[in-house]
Amino acid sequence: MANSFLEASARERVQGVCDAGSFQEILKPSDRISSPHMALLEQPVAFDDGVVIGRAALGGAPVLVAAQEGEFLGGAIGEVHGAKITALIAKAVQEKPRAVLLIFESGGVRLHEANAGLIAVSEIMRAVCSARAQGVQFIGLIGGSAGCFGGTGLIARCCDVLVMSEEGRLAMSGPEVIETVYGVEEFDSRDRALVWRVSGGKHRYVMGDIQALVADEIKAFRDAAIEAMNTGKVDFDLQSIEAEHALLTQRLEQFGDCRDAREIWQRLGLPSAEELALMPADEFVNATASARNVARGVQ
Amino acid sequence: MNRDQVLNALFATGWKAEHQEADHFYGRATLGNQEVTVIGTSERAEVGADMALTMARVVIQTIKERSGEPIVFLLDTQGQRLRRRDELMGLNGYMAHLAKAVELARQRGHVILSVVYGEAVSGGYISTGMMADACYALADAEIKVMNLPAMSRITKIPLDHLQELAKQSPVFSPGVENYLRMGHLDAVWQGDYAASLAKAITDLQARSKAEISVDSRIARGVERGGRKAAGVVIDRVLGHA
Repeated sequence: MANSFLEASARERVQGVCDAGSFQEILKPSDRISSPHMALLEQPVAFDDGVVIGRAALGGAPVLVAAQEGEFLGGAIGEVHGAKITALIAKAVQEKPRAVLLIFESGGVRLHEANAGLIAVSEIMRAVCSARAQGVQFIGLIGGSAGCFGGTGLIARCCDVLVMSEEGRLAMSGPEVIETVYGVEEFDSRDRALVWRVSGGKHRYVMGDIQALVADEIKAFRDAAIEAMNTGKVDFDLQSIEAEHALLTQRLEQFGDCRDAREIWQRLGLPSAEELALMPADEFVNATASARNVARGVQ
Repeated sequence: MNRDQVLNALFATGWKAEHQEADHFYGRATLGNQEVTVIGTSERAEVGADMALTMARVVIQTIKERSGEPIVFLLDTQGQRLRRRDELMGLNGYMAHLAKAVELARQRGHVILSVVYGEAVSGGYISTGMMADACYALADAEIKVMNLPAMSRITKIPLDHLQELAKQSPVFSPGVENYLRMGHLDAVWQGDYAASLAKAITDLQARSKAEISVDSRIARGVERGGRKAAGVVIDRVLGHA
């Protein structure tokens, strides 16, 4: 069993995060449900279409789980891939498991079947929000090398709770896309430290976009997911939407003129970006606790 | 069509702007005997963090102050804003926030419609128009993720091959007809847009909350022959013991 979440496959993540031996896959590769569109374009297919779904237990509680496989087309969402997740959420509304675990690793919509992918993303977002309103909790985990971008980044931010490692990246457009459109001065996609300060786990954690920052270990993700299941449910109601609105409004007022997390951290009185970069997750969480409250508008 | 043309075609003298900038606007309109909240983007707007937040604020305000009032999105957008600053702010979080506000409005009994009157591209469309109960486009509008030459460059599939396949499959090439066939759009409007809008709102209001809460786009895509594979997946997963 791999120990690094980053290096693990989708199946290894599911098996390592959930209780040992509990995972039962729905639509196994042997069922051969793959994308008809990739075949039409004479492109390679995967017999799970890049996402693994099924039932499992987490800390003894029943959960439904989906995990995207970054090795297949960067985990991109096509018709079948998207429908598997939408269907899993529909199943969750029927079965009311303790939580739905979404293990993200995806660049967003799959260009080869772009219309189907775009529609699927909106269906998954609607399904997550609607299921939350019916009492289902969603826990998202982000720590794969393909990151969590585009439509998948939107789906992630519809969850109750997000757990992320420093190595994970969560954003809308990737740096390469922005650099292509507006040039290297706007966003140098090869400046890894900069990319990390714009979309990485540590920046997202201080901003309050995610609820837990963990080390790149499958066990750490598992522990955080169990903790989130026990304490992290957020009611889908006017109060929580208004609280989020206040946080996002304050963020633009407080930091809207910044273009690098370095500036935000300076403004919050945190140690230098170089020092913060070197801190392990637990140390970083301690070092930024009060600054994070300021950034989130929490007294 | 541009913003003023579509507002005139849909509401004539019944439109009252509360806020109007080059790339976004909101206000209220009278339609028959009721008021509707209108939220729009214009001039092929880039949807950035600030604009998404503004639209979410209007949705939340409608929920709080005007119980049950229909919400209509009128859209012309080239997609999400491609700037480092917006990514630093967490643009995906702002867009998801807007999507959640729209879902909350649905839960609270507001009927929500979207009409693409110009162009609708990817991230600019997902968290606004694609979250509506019913989605429409004008016949001369465009919905897409990417045009075929760009797709050809990125996927390394020859352009003429893509153009040929686009005749057989609605799955990747731009066009409102493709989004209709795949079940996303309820209909493409032609002719009397005001009458189409009035009928669309009346039809939604005649449906129960339970009916509206079901996202029927996959079922419709199966019926129309544009998304058969998704239908198979849904049946097999829900049928799995």
